[in-house]
Amino acid sequence: MTATIARVERRYAPPPFNPTVSADGEVLIEINGLNKIYHGRDGAAIHALSGINLSVADGEFVTIVGPSGCGKSTLLKILTGTLRKTAGRITIRDREIDGPSRDLGIVFQAPVLLPWRTILENVMLPIEVQRLDAPKFRERARALLRLVGLQGFEDKYPGELSGGMQQRVGICRALVHDPALLLMDEPFGALDAMTREQMNLELLRIWQENRKTVMLVTHSIPEAVFLADRVVVMSPRPGRITDVIEVDLPRPRALSMINSTAFGHYVEIIRTHFTASGGID
Amino acid sequence: MDDVRTVPNTSRRFVDILHERPEVILSILLFIVLIGGWELVVRVFDVPKIIVPAPSAVIVSLIDGLRSPNFLYHFWVTFFETMVGFGLGASIGLLLGGIIGQFPLLERTLYPYVVAFQTIPKVAVAPIIVIWFGYGISSKVVITATIAFFPVLANTIVGLRATPLDQLELLVAYTANRWQTFWKVKVPQALPYIFVGLDVAIVLAVIGAIVGEFVGAQAGLGYLIMQRNFSMDMAGTFAILVVLSIMGMALHGIMQMIQRRIVFWMEPAEDRVMGA
Repeated sequence: MTATIARVERRYAPPPFNPTVSADGEVLIEINGLNKIYHGRDGAAIHALSGINLSVADGEFVTIVGPSGCGKSTLLKILTGTLRKTAGRITIRDREIDGPSRDLGIVFQAPVLLPWRTILENVMLPIEVQRLDAPKFRERARALLRLVGLQGFEDKYPGELSGGMQQRVGICRALVHDPALLLMDEPFGALDAMTREQMNLELLRIWQENRKTVMLVTHSIPEAVFLADRVVVMSPRPGRITDVIEVDLPRPRALSMINSTAFGHYVEIIRTHFTASGGID
Repeated sequence: MDDVRTVPNTSRRFVDILHERPEVILSILLFIVLIGGWELVVRVFDVPKIIVPAPSAVIVSLIDGLRSPNFLYHFWVTFFETMVGFGLGASIGLLLGGIIGQFPLLERTLYPYVVAFQTIPKVAVAPIIVIWFGYGISSKVVITATIAFFPVLANTIVGLRATPLDQLELLVAYTANRWQTFWKVKVPQALPYIFVGLDVAIVLAVIGAIVGEFVGAQAGLGYLIMQRNFSMDMAGTFAILVVLSIMGMALHGIMQMIQRRIVFWMEPAEDRVMGA
């Protein structure tokens, strides 16, 4: 145990000055020199993202953590194609993407289910929009709903489900078209603490079964550490990556690990960054 | 102890209704009091029936009317004009609203004209329309359509703008094109608003048909009102008002029923505050 901590300390005591990180294994998504500048009403430029470089390997679970205003949601919005980048290059499997891409599954902060569609129809939305083979994917949709424990709810409407259940449906919808990359923007932020822990475990279980590459934005440091292979730490004004921390906790993760010294140490390292950059929200 | 307080079943149900929906009982009571008082006043003060008819006389006239094929013919003419005019106006309102709602530039260009058109009282235009389209049914249909058109148009435009940003982002992020976004989220989101417009429009359509018949017609309940007025048949005129009121309420009720079926995921319109 002490050896682990020592190793962590040795590796991370001096914050790395070069935020470019190459992941091990085959690179799935690569972000190079990404910049985003907003223009406010008064014409003043707001530098939301500055020189973001990040590579994520196939099958990797990366969490992005930072105080509010650090541009983590902006980064995700650019990746989903709902926001234009100012400069930089994003490639998925060496193919440049600029705008919405079929290779992505997206889970938003709110479940964003359409209330006039049944649960199954909501999960099938990406299939319909992308004109994929509906009968084939309907079986996959049912299997995903079974995987998250929502069998029997296929023909119910979103209004009949709790918040946690709705977010599970949102996860199924993000996975139904078998995307290469799963993007999650503070997916459990709206849930209570208990449900949130359960959803974290469930997400890891789904990830273990599918081995999808995941990029998840959160403002909770323990959540970021608990889920991730690597934690990307961002700081505000301008939003940039200040550190990337490899989390060497064994998998599958269990809630009991949260109380371990190693876990606490990772949390401590990240928190130090936040206090250095002017506190957390 | 409990047994003592037990009330017989029927009266208990009555008490329950009184507690839960007191307005139902009160409405009925008010109706009885008003009609009874009216009847009483007419009889006691011997009001001439060419000024105010007694409710009983109105009912007699109404029953006579419902038995006569002539009255029913006039009813069907007005009903036909109302429905066709509503259908026409609502269709144009939906179509134009759908197109305008999709293109903000078009909305900004056209909307001043639409509002200008709306500010012209349709009653004032009715004589022109009668000259253009003749004394037959077609002129009434056109007048009804011009009245029914606007609420549907306005509510469609507002409704199409009502889609929450996160739902639009969802569709865009999953690579939906404009057409898919329109049909899969914008239209369903607009439906509650559109139904508010349709509901207003169908009630206005009845007014449109009657106004058209006042200006110049050979048939219809509006025409019959004029005829009965000339012959001082006050009870007969009131009977037509009752029929028109029932027709309006029935159409409103049917519209609400259809709305509840189609917009099943929403609370009924009475419970919400919605647009124009």
